[in-house]
This record gives sequence, structure tokens and C-alpha cells, in this order.
Amino acid sequence: MIERSHHDMGGLPAGPVERGEHDYAEWELRVDALMTLLTGVRSAKKLMTVDELRKNIEALAPDAYDTMSYYERWVISITQTLIQRGVITTEQLARKMLEVEKRGR
Amino acid sequence: MTDRGSYQPLTYFQLMEVSLRELLVEKGVVTDAQVDETLEDMRRRGPERGARVVARAWTDPEFRKRLLADGTAACEELGLDVPALRLVVVESTPEVHNVIVCTLCSCYPRMLLGLPPDWYKSRNYRSRVVREPRIVLAELGLEVPGDVQIRVHDSTAEMRYMVLPLRPPGTGGWSEERLASIVTRDCMIGVAVPEVTR
Repeated sequence: MIERSHHDMGGLPAGPVERGEHDYAEWELRVDALMTLLTGVRSAKKLMTVDELRKNIEALAPDAYDTMSYYERWVISITQTLIQRGVITTEQLARKMLEVEKRGR
Repeated sequence: MTDRGSYQPLTYFQLMEVSLRELLVEKGVVTDAQVDETLEDMRRRGPERGARVVARAWTDPEFRKRLLADGTAACEELGLDVPALRLVVVESTPEVHNVIVCTLCSCYPRMLLGLPPDWYKSRNYRSRVVREPRIVLAELGLEVPGDVQIRVHDSTAEMRYMVLPLRPPGTGGWSEERLASIVTRDCMIGVAVPEVTR
């Protein structure tokens, strides 16, 4: 039998479903907006596909998949995809993150 | 923004979001204006869009037929765009109750309902609703009578399902607006049914 991937959970046992929900934070909405733009939905240049978003989310280690929040998985996956595609480099991102961190937001 | 004014250090992922976005703006890949416009568009998309579609289907049998045949085209008739996706509307009847899920990720008719609630994306819902929907629906507060069949629809990246709930009795002669007011997001996911409050 082929072993299932971690994200492929349909039909497996799991705990009770509780009606938890939260208002999305601004940064989460911006991640979502960025994804919309990068997939070329709103007339921006198409630089990645939804399948790539999924592929890089599904490539996360099982415990990372489970402990990261939804949009944390997205932002990691988008970043990973853009690095794979050569749109940005790891060095550029690292430099930028240092700069933003110093600035405070 | 809720964090404006008081200083809070960014989490690692927030830092990544800000940095990634600024980098992409610097490179001319996206503009701040495009990000803002997209956020505005997201805020405009809420469950009242889906509710309009349901209310029209309840009052106009010809529209209902077109909606079930081609969800995307029927929504466009009402001026509701469904960008880049195929919408499949599934109709609940006295015999069959429909509910939607995305077991693999989080696909959801967001163009008509807005962003999905957290529980829809949770491991527990995604894993169990396809195996034991009756129990899961009861956990979410919906008791489906034993003689009603439950049909679960698992979405994919290219197409999305939305439930056309059963019009409840006691709503004869209601206007479309009044009908739309009882169609909640959860009714169109299939974890609730429209209720008439007396």
C-alpha cells in the first residue's frame, strides 16, 4: 500500500470538531492578498501557481505542518516557491528580514 | 490594524511577510496599491454574496436550474464574479443533505462566502467529516434526521462546491432580501440549515 502524505487526512480518526474561529490579522490577509497577486488573478504578473503553494506546504515536515498556523504555512511556502523560481534569493530575503527587524516593524 | 500605536515585536512569520512583500515591491513584482486593492476586494466578499444566490434560486426556478447546471455562469448573471474557478452548486432536498469539505487543504467558495472559518481548515473536520459526517454535524450543532442521507463533497484546487440549502417551510411569499437574511455562511457549507425565527 502506498503510504499517505501527512496532509492527506481524509477519513482518518481525529478529535472532536469545535467551532473555533478568529478574525484574521492584517498580516494574514496580506499574505493571502500577495498569493492572489502572484497567481496573476488580479492582473499582476503570474509568478506562481496554486499547485506550487500546495506542493511546498505539503513538503513541510509533519510536525511543522501541525504546529504552524495556516498563514504561517502559506508565507513559508510562497517564499520557498519564489526562491525556487529565482524571483528572490535567500540572501536578499535574509538581508531584508534583518533590516525590518532592526526597524521594528 | 489592531497593533497600531503600541509596540509589539513581530513574530518570525510576520517578519517574513513584511520582508517578502517589501522585497517584491522593490523588485517591481507587485505594488503597494495592488496589495491594498486586493485586500479591499477580499473584504467585499462575504457570505451575503452566497445568500443572494441562494435566495434567487429559491424564488426563480429557471435560475435554480441554470445555477445547478453551471454555478459560475449563473453567479455572473447576478454580477457576482467567480474568478478562475469552476463553481458547483449542490442542492439539498428533503431526502439528501449536502456538506462540503476540502480534505487535502482548504479549498472553499471564498469568492461567494469570504475566507473560511478556522474549523473548516482544521485536521479534525477534514479528517472526520468524510467518514462520519452525521457525528461531525451533530458536534457542530446540526442533528440530521436518520432518514435523510448525507452527501459529503470534497473540493479540489480547480473547483469549489457550495450548498444550496433546502428552503425552510414558513417562508412562502417572502422577498428575496428577507430570504437571503436567513441564509448564513454555515448553511452554504452545510453544517447548519436556514432557520425561521418566530
